[in-house]
Amino acid sequence: MTQAGPETPAGAQDIVFDHVVKTYPNATVPAVDDLSLTVPAGEICVLLGPSGSGKTTALMMVNRLAEITGGDIRIGGRSILDLDPIRLRRSIGYVIQQTGLFPHLTIAENVATVPKVLGWDKKRLRERVGELLELVGLPAGEYGRRYPAQLSGGQRQRVGIARALAADPPVMLMDEPFGALDPITREHVQDEFLALHARIRKTVIFVSHDIDEAVKMGDRIAIFREGGKLAQYDTPRTLLKEPADAFVARFVGADRGLKRLTLTRLADLADAGALTPARDADAALPQLAADASLRSALSLMVAEGTDAVRVTEPRGPADGSDGTGPVLGVASLDAVRKAGAA
Amino acid sequence: MSAQPVIPDYGDPSACVARDATFCTDWFGDHWWNLFWPALVQHLELTLIAVVAGFVLAVVAAVLCHHKSWLAAPVSGVTSFLYTVPPLALFQLLVPVTGFSVLTVETALVLYSLYLLFTTILTGLREVPEDAVRAARGMGLTRWQILTKVELRLAVPSLISGLRVTTVMTIGIVAIAAYVVDQGLGSLILKALQSPFNTQFIGAGALAVALALAADGVLVLAGRLLTPWARTRRAA
Ligand SMILES: Nc1ncnc2c1ncn2[C@@H]1O[C@H](COP(=O)(O)OP(=O)(O)OP(=O)(O)O)[C@@H](O)[C@H]1O
Ligand SMILES: [Mg+2]
Repeated sequence: MTQAGPETPAGAQDIVFDHVVKTYPNATVPAVDDLSLTVPAGEICVLLGPSGSGKTTALMMVNRLAEITGGDIRIGGRSILDLDPIRLRRSIGYVIQQTGLFPHLTIAENVATVPKVLGWDKKRLRERVGELLELVGLPAGEYGRRYPAQLSGGQRQRVGIARALAADPPVMLMDEPFGALDPITREHVQDEFLALHARIRKTVIFVSHDIDEAVKMGDRIAIFREGGKLAQYDTPRTLLKEPADAFVARFVGADRGLKRLTLTRLADLADAGALTPARDADAALPQLAADASLRSALSLMVAEGTDAVRVTEPRGPADGSDGTGPVLGVASLDAVRKAGAA
Repeated sequence: MSAQPVIPDYGDPSACVARDATFCTDWFGDHWWNLFWPALVQHLELTLIAVVAGFVLAVVAAVLCHHKSWLAAPVSGVTSFLYTVPPLALFQLLVPVTGFSVLTVETALVLYSLYLLFTTILTGLREVPEDAVRAARGMGLTRWQILTKVELRLAVPSLISGLRVTTVMTIGIVAIAAYVVDQGLGSLILKALQSPFNTQFIGAGALAVALALAADGVLVLAGRLLTPWARTRRAA
C-alpha cells in the first residue's frame, strides 16, 4: 500500500444506492423499499436495524446475490447491472457470519480461492496468501496448512476477512461478521479490523444489529426500520445527538448520551485544550490513559466518587515499562459533559 | 468358461478329493489359475462396470434433483421401486429384451444400484453447509465451480458411504447373475450346487466374501485419503 490519506483512498470506490427496491418473488411487500444512500469511498457504512428489516437483502443486492427489482446500485460510477455477476462478485470481498469457510480446504487454500479462479500463477498466489495471513495475524507457516475446524472462532473470522481481501477488491461486504463471537473476542476482532481498515481503506458495508458495534465501527450508520425503509443515515455522532424520529431514538437507546461519549477520547480533550493542569492536590485522583474514551472517564469518576480524573500519556508499546506515562492534565466532570454535548 | 464341464474334472484325485473332504486346499490351489482367478476377475469386472455406471448416473440425477427440488420425489420414487423388485425377477424381465447377455446383467445391476447411490449422494449434497455455498456464490464462483470444488467435495463422505453399501450389495447380486451369463464366482457356485464335491462351492463363496470385504476396505481407505479435513475435525 502506498501512502494514501483518508481523502483519496487508493483503489477504493464509492457505492451509491439509487432508489433501490427489492421485492422477493411471491412477497407482497418489499424487503427493501426505495433505499437511497451513498457510501463514500474508503468509509465503513454500518447497516443497522431490527431483524427482518432488510439489511442482508440490501447487502446482497450489491454483489447480486439478490437481484434488485427497482432502482440502481453504482460502484465507482458503474451500474452493477452492466457487469457480469460472476466478475462483479470477484471484485467484491464478502464476509458472512459463520465465516462460510470451506471446511474441506486448508486455511491457505481458503484464502487462495478467488485468486485461483482468477488464474493467478502459483508463486504470486503463495506470496499473496502469506501476505494476507500475516496481515490478519495468522502467519502462514503456522496456520496455512490447518483446516478451519482447527482454529478458534475468532481466528476463523480473521481468515474469512483475509479471504475476502485476497484479490484486493475495492469494496467489501460484511454480514454480521462478528455476530457469532463472544463479547471479548468480538472487541478484539473489531479493533483489529479497524486497524486493518485504517491501512487498506476499502469501502465497507457492514451489517450489524448491535448499536454499540455500529457506533464503534461505522463512519456512517444507516438505520433500517421494519419494511425495509431507511429511517436515518448519518454519522454516529449526529445519529446519537439528533435521532430523526422516535423509532431511531428508541433503537439507539436511552443511553445515547453515554454512547456519544465513546466517540471522544481524552486525547481529544487534551488537543482541544479542555484539560486543566495537574496540581499536587490532584495526586489522589484516579488516573486514566489518554486513549480511553470519555465514557470510561465518566465511569471511573462514578466508580471512584470523584469529579475529575488525571489523564496520562498512553503507555508507549516501545518502552516496555509497566508504569504509566507522564500526566497530561486533569479532566473534570464538567469538561467531559461539555465535550459530550458538543 | 463354457468349455468347463458342469461336474468338475477331478483329474487324478488327490487323497483329500478321494476322501470327499469338505474343503481340499490342494484342489483349490491346483485350480486357482484355471478356475477361481478368472471367475474372480470376471466378478470384479461385472461389479465395477455396474457400480461405476450407476455412480455416474446417480451423481447426475442427484445434482439435477438438488437444483430442481421438484424432481427429487419422482426420481426417488422410481429408483426405490426398482430397488424393491427381486433381482431374479428383474433379470427375468430383461432377458426377453436384451437376451442372456452381459448387457442384461449390467442393466439390472445398474438399476439396482441407483436407489442407494442416489439417496446417499442427494443427502450428501443437501448437507453441504449453506454458508459455504453462499460464500462461494458471493465470491464469484460459477455454478460448475461450486458444484465441483465445494458441493461434491464436501459430499465425499456421503458418496463413499453410498459406494460402500452399493458395492457390497452388487458383489452379492453378481453371484446371482450366473443364472443369466456363465461368468463370475456365481457360476462356479451354481455348477457346484449340482455336485457332491464342496471345495469349488466353498472356495468361490469365500472368494465372493473376501472380494466384498476387500472392496469395502479399499473404499474406506479412499474415503480417508479424500477427506483429510474430516479426520482433523474428529480430533479437534
Ligand atoms: N430469499 C428470500 N425469499 C423471500 N423473502 C425473503 C428472502 N430473504 C429474505 N426475505 C424477507 O425479506 C425481509 C428482509 O430480510 P433480511 O434477511 O434482509 O433481513 P435482515 O435485516 O438481514 O434480518 P436479520 O437481522 O434477522 O438478519 C424479511 O421479511 C425476510 O423474510
Ligand atoms: Mg441478516
